[in-house]
Amino acid sequence: MATIAQEKPETAEQVNYLNVSHTWKSWLFTTDHKRIAVLYLISITLMFVVGGAAAVAFRMNLLVPEGLFSAETYNRLFSMHGIIMVFFFLVPSIPATLANFLIPIMVGAKDLAFPRINLLSWYVYVFGGLFTLYAVIRGGVDTGWTFYAPYSSTYSNSYVLAAAFGVFFAGFSSILTGLNFIVTIHKMRAPGMTWSRLPLFVWANYATSLIQILGTPVLAITLLLLAFERIAHVGIFDPNIGGDPILFQHLFWFYSHPAVYIMILPGMGVISEIVACFSRKRVFGYNFVAFSSMAIAVLSFVVWGHHMFVTGESMYSSLAFSLLSFLVAVPSAIKVFNWTATMYKGSVSFETPMLYAFGFIGLFTIGGLTGLFLASLATDVELHGTYFVVAHFHYVMVGGMVMAFMGGLHFWWPKITGRMYSEAWSKFSALLVFVGFNLTFFPQFILGYLGMPRRYHAYPPEFQVLNVLSTAGASVLGVGYLIPMIYFLYSLKYGEKAGNNPWGATGLEWQIQSPPVTFNFEETPTVTEEAYNYGPVEEVVG
Amino acid sequence: MHNFLMVPLYGDLPLFPPIASKQAGEINSLYWFISAVSIIMTVLIFACIVLFAWKYQRRRHAHATQIEGSTRLELTWSILPFLVMLIMFAWGAKLYYAAEHPPKDAMEIFVTGKQWMWKIQYPNGIREINALHVPVGHPVKLTMASEDVIHSFSVPAFFVRHDVIPGHYDSLWFMPTKVGRYHLFCTEYCGNGHAAMIGWVYVMSDEDYAKWASGGGAQGSLAEQGQALFQQFGCATCHLLDTQGRCPNLRGLYNKPVQLNDGRTVIADDAYLRESILDPNAKIVAGFEPNVMPNFKGQVSEENVIALIAYIKSLSPTTPASQQGPQQRPLSATPLKGPALASHTR
Amino acid sequence: MAETAQPSVASATHDLEAEASHLRHHFATPEQQLDASTLGMWTFLITEVLFFGGMFTAYTIYRFLYPAAFESTSQYMPVILGGINTGVLICSSLTMAMSVRSAQLSRYKSLTTFLILTMIFGATFLVIKYVEWHEKWVEHHVPGFNFQYPEYPQYFYHAQILFFLYFCMTGMHALHMVVGMGLLTYLLVQSIRRVFNSSYFTPVEMIGLYWHFVDIVWIFLFPLLYLIGYRK
Repeated sequence: MATIAQEKPETAEQVNYLNVSHTWKSWLFTTDHKRIAVLYLISITLMFVVGGAAAVAFRMNLLVPEGLFSAETYNRLFSMHGIIMVFFFLVPSIPATLANFLIPIMVGAKDLAFPRINLLSWYVYVFGGLFTLYAVIRGGVDTGWTFYAPYSSTYSNSYVLAAAFGVFFAGFSSILTGLNFIVTIHKMRAPGMTWSRLPLFVWANYATSLIQILGTPVLAITLLLLAFERIAHVGIFDPNIGGDPILFQHLFWFYSHPAVYIMILPGMGVISEIVACFSRKRVFGYNFVAFSSMAIAVLSFVVWGHHMFVTGESMYSSLAFSLLSFLVAVPSAIKVFNWTATMYKGSVSFETPMLYAFGFIGLFTIGGLTGLFLASLATDVELHGTYFVVAHFHYVMVGGMVMAFMGGLHFWWPKITGRMYSEAWSKFSALLVFVGFNLTFFPQFILGYLGMPRRYHAYPPEFQVLNVLSTAGASVLGVGYLIPMIYFLYSLKYGEKAGNNPWGATGLEWQIQSPPVTFNFEETPTVTEEAYNYGPVEEVVG
Repeated sequence: MHNFLMVPLYGDLPLFPPIASKQAGEINSLYWFISAVSIIMTVLIFACIVLFAWKYQRRRHAHATQIEGSTRLELTWSILPFLVMLIMFAWGAKLYYAAEHPPKDAMEIFVTGKQWMWKIQYPNGIREINALHVPVGHPVKLTMASEDVIHSFSVPAFFVRHDVIPGHYDSLWFMPTKVGRYHLFCTEYCGNGHAAMIGWVYVMSDEDYAKWASGGGAQGSLAEQGQALFQQFGCATCHLLDTQGRCPNLRGLYNKPVQLNDGRTVIADDAYLRESILDPNAKIVAGFEPNVMPNFKGQVSEENVIALIAYIKSLSPTTPASQQGPQQRPLSATPLKGPALASHTR
Repeated sequence: MAETAQPSVASATHDLEAEASHLRHHFATPEQQLDASTLGMWTFLITEVLFFGGMFTAYTIYRFLYPAAFESTSQYMPVILGGINTGVLICSSLTMAMSVRSAQLSRYKSLTTFLILTMIFGATFLVIKYVEWHEKWVEHHVPGFNFQYPEYPQYFYHAQILFFLYFCMTGMHALHMVVGMGLLTYLLVQSIRRVFNSSYFTPVEMIGLYWHFVDIVWIFLFPLLYLIGYRK
């Protein structure tokens, strides 16, 4: 058992990382990973609201077939929604907030390996965010989050450079975070914390960090090349003067496909933690779950061509990318089966984090299975560029990752803030999110199968009913996301004080104070047990 | 008709696309195979979760039985699904291969995508915008070019799509099996008019099609239009009438091998001819000099290039009938390939 | 009692007990701090490999797409200047390694000397690079700025792309050199203040790693850009 810090008697307010100092300097110049995580949480929530507002707006536009706004406005709205949600919300979400907060504690360290680089990564993120918000305020970019050349390099009249630079800096923030995690996990584990005793959340973020450091630099150079093309028109992506627009796509997707795994792996780590705690059981097949994260990280780099099946890729590369895309589905499937098996003969309770975990498993399953349609060459041709793809990635990213993020926030909120939120309200909004999400995105599978293209501000009238359903769902979903913001804020002042371990979970983070002291541990723990040791192993299934 | 939102509603609620081509039917079968597998897997997972959550809820099952794992189970539920996925892969690859290899006797129609319209050119000289007329039961190959950005030509009812990328030709083929009118969409975001770059594909019976095509183009057939351009741009001075040997003769050139000055041998196909007009220095025929032919990029549009190529093709006596356009082809004499049309019910 | 980690190679040359004076609070031992710094720098260098890799990919693709144009451009590559720069950088890596060694041995004067020498070599490289680029500017071989290619008009556009990649790759490299010069300045200041000695010279070692990496990128750039296809 890890060394337990003596619980201090609750006299006056315990000193913790939040109340140790209140000056703005102590926040803006902090090197405490927990404070930096809170800074990130505030920033990404702001970006989420901006990106979400854009979504509400363009879903309104899609209520009527001829569109409510102009095409120019619509095109900027969906582009900003994509750019902000992908680069400024999903990519940093769990790593920069929950993992930033938890990884040092979970490995038994006092902080990340490079606390000042951690702070730098937040400033770089904010700088990039400001660039992007500048682009939004000046009128937005209309290239889509994919910035395809030659439209973005030669034809678009929008703020491509500002948006590209914003994303460039967000990328650097991501690289710095990943670098920090890798070194921390390798070098700062407490005595006895071997790799096979690490919580699966740590494994998941380790795999994520590998992708971040290997993939994001390629995005950086891609955006730079795009910027040079746009500024000086050197021809690298312009077919009229010898360039190849498909080169842009290869370079772009070489990062952006692994990026989607940056956007799901941390969520999978959260689900492992939640399912174990609320089944009071070790995760079924720990080794397989840990290695599946690594397998996903490796395989994610060799499937990018499945975004380009209709561009005229050679038959051989199409075949290779298709086969590998099926292969990368296997480790994800393993995780889903293992989480389900964890509940088998467990002792299951239904607190809010577990509800989000159920939502994740169900919706990620659907999202992942719909990926099979896109991995298979012939069906991809039919579904590429339609709402089927939009539905697929929203099922995995919103039904998956955002639900995992919400689940993780609800799970670790008492640890981060020392307060509990209203269980009734949280369960209600979890339900709203689930219902709203499915109503928003399931009709889009049908729309895609029918052939409705994506990025259309107006559409043929027969698609209207499905679009109206989708917009209705989006309103419900929006409310489902707003309510937690209210009760979380409310809990900060009026929430019941949480003890060290309100859920009775295993893990080093639950052994320390809620909220933790600045240096996490009174003394460095010594780990002698595996993760999720809710009891001795009783059954060995064949 | 309005709903309670006071938002006008049109039409009914479609759930299935029309299946109007041979490959649409084939790909649709694969689509439903994958759907069946997906539905089964989803139901299985959902059922397990609901079952376990109910059966092992804390009230009923207070003590959790700690289980390490099971390598045998892990391997089973990894390998079996992967084998099913291999079926999806192979099936999809087979249909994709067929989609990438049009039959030799496919009727060729030319498409130019530009912001924000589709311009169709038929070998008989007819030109259309955002409309494509094809006869039922005959394979059609579209050769496509873009004037500006990347577009994507998509006919959902035929289950076909291909990006149209500036700088070279892209093609797709289909065989329509059902008379009717079907959506045509651009499905690669291309700017403000992306949603306006839509149209209709009209599949007509043989007689209706013959009637429609009989008018021909106002300026003659595509090859005749090309001939006019050939004169207009001065190509004729070198390429047909030249006595100084400055440039290769175009008679009988189409689809023949050509030796280049760097030793390579290439086939003078559509892509080669297009490049020769728009980037003449890219490939120099052996025995000729670079920097002699003017570069026509910017002066000759993609549509004009298509017409010029049609003319150059007509200079080759062995051009197969199907390449010359639907009018010249004896429609009733060619035996139909593929399933009988009447059996299609969708 | 905390378990002690396996002694690393680094501990053979670092006086870890004395390094404790530079120990940051979140590290348990000086060895852990050194290990973390080393892994951190190597990880960062891997990201740089991927960053330059994108440009190398673009270069490879266009070089093979346009071999004739590539050959025509290679005669404008200043092989002599590039060769001198290669020698300069290799020497700078030598002096950098010597400065790490000097720090290891607490030889303050030779540390400072070698750092200054490294900076002189670095500055020489940048000056020669400027000369190279100025030559290109004068010849109108800078894409986007009145690019001209009169000897081979048939390769105008392809050469423009290839020259762009030349500037992009050498420019990114030069930018990394400038950053390196800044880091060396910091090291120089600190070494004059005798901050580094045999018990603590981690920054010297880490910046040395960075400098060697920048050198290695050049070792790849030089043959790919200057030597291939070169004929006088």
